[in-house]
This record gives sequence, structure tokens and C-alpha cells, in this order.
Amino acid sequence: MAKQFMKGTEAIAEAAVRGGCRFFAGYPITPQNEIPEYMSRRLPEVGGVFVQGESEVSSVSMLFGAAAVGTRCMTSSSSPGMSLKSEGVSALAAGQLPAVIVNVSRGGPGVGSIQAAQMDYFQVTRAMGHGGHRLIVYAPSTVQEAVDLTYKAFEKADEYQAPMLVCPDGSIGAMMEAVELPPFRDAERKRLTTYASQCINPDKLIISTFHYTAEHSEGFNRLLEEMYEGWKQNEVMVEEYETEDAEVVVCAYGIVGRVAKDAVKQLRAEGIKAGLIRPITLFPFCTKSFEKLDYGKLKGILVAELSIPAQMIEDVELATKGRVPLESLTHSGGRFIITEEVYDRLKAMALGNTKEVK
Amino acid sequence: MELLYTRPKTLIKPGSYYCPGCLHALAGKLIAEVIQEMGVQDDTLLIASVGCGGMFKRILDVDCASATHGRAAAAATGACRCAPEKLVFTYQGDGDLAAIGLAETLNAANRGENFVAILINNSTYGMTGGQMAPTTMIGQASTTTPGGRQAEREGYPMHMCEIIDQLTAPRFIARYSLDKPAEIRKAKAGIRHAFDIQRAHKGYSFVELMSNCPTNWGLSPLQSLEFMREKTLKEFPLGVFRDLEKEETL
Ligand SMILES: Cc1ncc(C[n+]2csc(CCOP(=O)(O)OP(=O)(O)O)c2C)c(N)n1
Ligand code: SF4
Ligand SMILES: [Mg+2]
Repeated sequence: MAKQFMKGTEAIAEAAVRGGCRFFAGYPITPQNEIPEYMSRRLPEVGGVFVQGESEVSSVSMLFGAAAVGTRCMTSSSSPGMSLKSEGVSALAAGQLPAVIVNVSRGGPGVGSIQAAQMDYFQVTRAMGHGGHRLIVYAPSTVQEAVDLTYKAFEKADEYQAPMLVCPDGSIGAMMEAVELPPFRDAERKRLTTYASQCINPDKLIISTFHYTAEHSEGFNRLLEEMYEGWKQNEVMVEEYETEDAEVVVCAYGIVGRVAKDAVKQLRAEGIKAGLIRPITLFPFCTKSFEKLDYGKLKGILVAELSIPAQMIEDVELATKGRVPLESLTHSGGRFIITEEVYDRLKAMALGNTKEVK
Repeated sequence: MELLYTRPKTLIKPGSYYCPGCLHALAGKLIAEVIQEMGVQDDTLLIASVGCGGMFKRILDVDCASATHGRAAAAATGACRCAPEKLVFTYQGDGDLAAIGLAETLNAANRGENFVAILINNSTYGMTGGQMAPTTMIGQASTTTPGGRQAEREGYPMHMCEIIDQLTAPRFIARYSLDKPAEIRKAKAGIRHAFDIQRAHKGYSFVELMSNCPTNWGLSPLQSLEFMREKTLKEFPLGVFRDLEKEETL
């Protein structure tokens, strides 16, 4: 199919429509306003519904009702809005409701900054809301990947009857690139089945985020646990580049992963054995990619992220279990990590003079 | 022998989980009867809420999506927009609808969403043990206003019908009481009217039912009805505030 030149946010919106999304609710916030704006004109063309919610809380709660009647649905926001959505995302997880949430992330904490950042890592990978629920978190590094992962998120939401998160940073949302759009999926409403129905009224569809007995409550928690463990086995996505014989590795996701790959290519051209691990799903995390590294040869891992303090480095610590020194490269507030920085840090690490480089 | 009265088939046995004498049970029965009379049991979606009314999903034999605290109007918005063939209604307490869910309530009403909002006004937070609600009476003791609600400190009881009556979109707005048979019959007719409006895709209706909470008011069921007549029904006038259906047929 012919490629089109599209902005990240609009490409995400179109991918959602093609993925079967027929309900969207959202509240304005930079840098994702093009998603609701696009949806407001696009959804009516395909028989879908757009609602501008009165808040993020309300918008995500609208998804609760839309998903309950079997409509594929999406909401989008950016970091401060995600805090407000967390109540509703926990409810979607508890209600076994398929939905896609997009966080075009910006700086934090608080109102933070409107520039691109990766500062919501803890929030999105641990549990956005209360109660220990989890989400598959997709972190695209190109507009094409944003399209593919958004489309996939709808499939996975259906497959697991659970909310999924697409988490591009603001730069992926804002950039324009050539993309190939996926085909239209059927958008028929489908009837869900839930654990709550079995507990409360098996003859009817009951969506409940509350269980009335300890047995039912624990039983539901076990069900989610099993699903999340399955994700760790089956849903990890990662790009491993030149890691097999690597002496230095950079771990970075999203836009930073893309920048880091260029640095690795330059170093390889100079004969320095550098490699890249780019998590594509932030949860489940690519722990196995770190098992495959040759710790006999490896001198260090650089974790590069647009977040101060560093956040993903904690997952790398868990995955490497102290087998190799870790270093952190961070910027925030809209300052970017550039290829030269990654290059310099990896080179210094490879040559064994890390101390001299700031 | 002629059967004059029986449990509606839309109610699940053994019935109420509410405290003895609680009018939530009566409100639930009226709604169940209306759904049965309309023959829409399989097309109904209850948007339940957090509060004692949340237990309604355990007794009403219809599909249900139970929203988080205060978000029923938003959930109903998503549901009625995507499933226009369904009878969608919310069932919410005064704390749920008028405090934490006020933004959702007013904005859904203002958009004229095609669902019915049913408010159970018992002037307290029943489920959590009798704290002050937006509808608590001046002077009424609650566990968080032990000396009684004071206007200077906690403001005045909120009148949701009157507030919603400020908006242009709603089709039908009414307040009924569940304290005596004549009023109960009116309440049932009002619920039916609102449900008919919804089925005709004509938009938003708001039905407030004056109720009690014998447990947290610290009164017997009969005394609680007296309290309603002496206090809450004087604060919250009954009646139809707006009925655009009627105006159209005049
Ligand atoms: C987010 C959240 N906050 C608070 C609560 C606790 N809570 C449960 S029921 C309730 C009040 C219910 O009062 P009302 O809506 O008036 O219903 P009633 O029980 O009186 O019928 C509260 C505050 C909750 N479940 N969720
Ligand atoms: S606590 Fe009050 S409102 Fe709740 S069931 Fe008991 S009497 Fe009814
Ligand atoms: Mg109440």
C-alpha cells in the first residue's frame, strides 16, 4: 500500500479507527490535541462517536460504558491528564474492559512542561491506578511503530479484555514521517463475558469493579495475576541490535532508542563493540534480553532516558542483578539526548575511562 | 383465584440486601416493575454506582455496568452513545451524584445524553456510615457534623432538580417521595415516563426520589418516614420541574 506522510498524533488516531475504534472521549491537553481533533471529524465518517469529556476522569469513565456495550474505544491524554485517568484505568482493568489509552507524554511532575519527556515510566509500568493492576505499555520510536502498536493495542485489548497503553513521548506525536496504514478491521460490537457475571448474576452481563466475598475478590486477583504472568511470557517486545558480542550496551526506548541506535552504528563502524536494547513494551519488560548478554565481555550498560531522576534504570538493575556496572544518561524538560552524547558515553565506557566523561 | 400482586420477574430472589425499612428497596422494586411492564428486561443496562444503591445490581435481573464513585453519568454517556438500542439508566445516591459526581452529572445533563438519571436522596452517605452529604439538612447530625450541619460552615442542602432545571437540554425533571402510597404511585409513573422518553431517543431525564436511611438517621423505619415528612420533604419540594413531552402535546 502507498505510504502517507502523517503527523504522529494523527497517525495514531487513524490507526485506531482502522483498528476498530468507534468511540473516543478526551479532554484537551498539549501535546496530544490533534488526536481528539482528528477523531472529532473522522469517527462520524465511519459511524463512530466522539465526545469531548468535561475532564480526563470523565472521559475515561465514558470508555467504561462504551466498552461495557462492546464498542472498541480509546482515550488519549498527556502526563498530568494520565494521573486523572488513573482512577478510570484501574476501573477498566477491574471491570475486564478492553480499551486503549494513549499517553503522549510530557514533562513532570505536576503540570510539568509541555515538551516531550519520558517521565511517566514508573506510573505506566507499575500500576497507573490503585490495586496493582497492570497494562501492556507500548513505546513506539517512529511514527510507523506508533501506528502498528496502536493497531496491535486494540487486538490485545480484545484478546485479554483489558486496557492497553500506547506511550509515545511528545516528539513522536509531533513529528511527521511516511507511514503505511493498516487495513480496516471489523468494528462490530461484541458481547463480553466477565468474572463478575459468574459471581453476581450468571444470566446477565455484569461489569463490576467490586466483589462481594473474599473468595470472589481473591479469585479475581488470581485471574489477573495469571494474565499478567502470561504477558511476561508472551507479550514482551524488544529490539536487540548488535548485542551478541557487545562490550558496551545502551538501553533506551522511544525516541531515545532511535537516537541511541545511530550512536551504536557509528561505534560499530569504528570497531567498538557496542549494542542496543530498545524495549518496545515497557511492561512486560525485556528481562530476557539482558540474560542473553555475554557478561564475560560486557563492560557496562548505559541507560538513557528523558527523565530526571532516571526511572527505567530500576528495571535494568532488576534484570542485570548487579552483574555489570550501570550508568545513567538523562535529560528532561524538553532537552533531548543527542547521538553524540550516547556515542561519547559508550565510547568512554568501552575504553574504560568513564570517569573523565561527565 | 385472581393473582393481584406478585414479585416482578425482573427481581432476583431472595431480594433486598438493604437494611430493614430502607426505601432503596422500594425504589428498586418500582424500577423492576416498570422494566417488566415495558418488556425491556433484555434491553436494559443499569449503570450502578457506589453507595448502597450499588447493591441494586445484585437484585435487578438486567445487564449492569457498575461505575466507580460519581462516574455513572459518564459511563452512561459512553453506553448510550454506543448502544442506542438499550434502555440506559443510572441509579445513584446523593453523595455519588451531587458531590463527587457533580461534574459528570451536570455535563451529561447539559449534553442532553439519552439516559435516565435516578437519584436516591436520603440526605446522607448511607454506605459509609452516615457522613454529611450535599443534601444533609441544616441542623441534621451526621458522623462528620456531630453537632448538626451549619450553613456557615457546610453550606446549604443542594437541590439537584432545581440545579438541573437551569440547563436547556434535559427533557424531564421531577422529584417524588417514597414515603406514602399516593406518592409512590406518582414516582412509578414518573420513572415510566422518563424511561419512555429514553426509549424514544428524546434525551435526558432526571428523577429524584426522596428516600430514607433509618440505620444512619438512628430512627426506626416508621420514625424515618416521619422525619421525611417533617424535615426533608419540606426542604425538597416535590413535583415535576420540567416536562417537555407534555409541552409538545399541549
Ligand atoms: C473514590 C471513592 N471514594 C469514596 C468511596 C467510599 N464511599 C462508598 S459509598 C460512599 C457514599 C455513598 O453515599 P450516597 O451516594 O449518598 O449513597 P447511599 O449509600 O447513601 O445510598 C462513599 C463515599 C469509594 N467507594 N470510592
Ligand atoms: S445504610 Fe441506609 S441507605 Fe444504606 S441500606 Fe441501610 S438504611 Fe438503606
Ligand atoms: Mg445517600
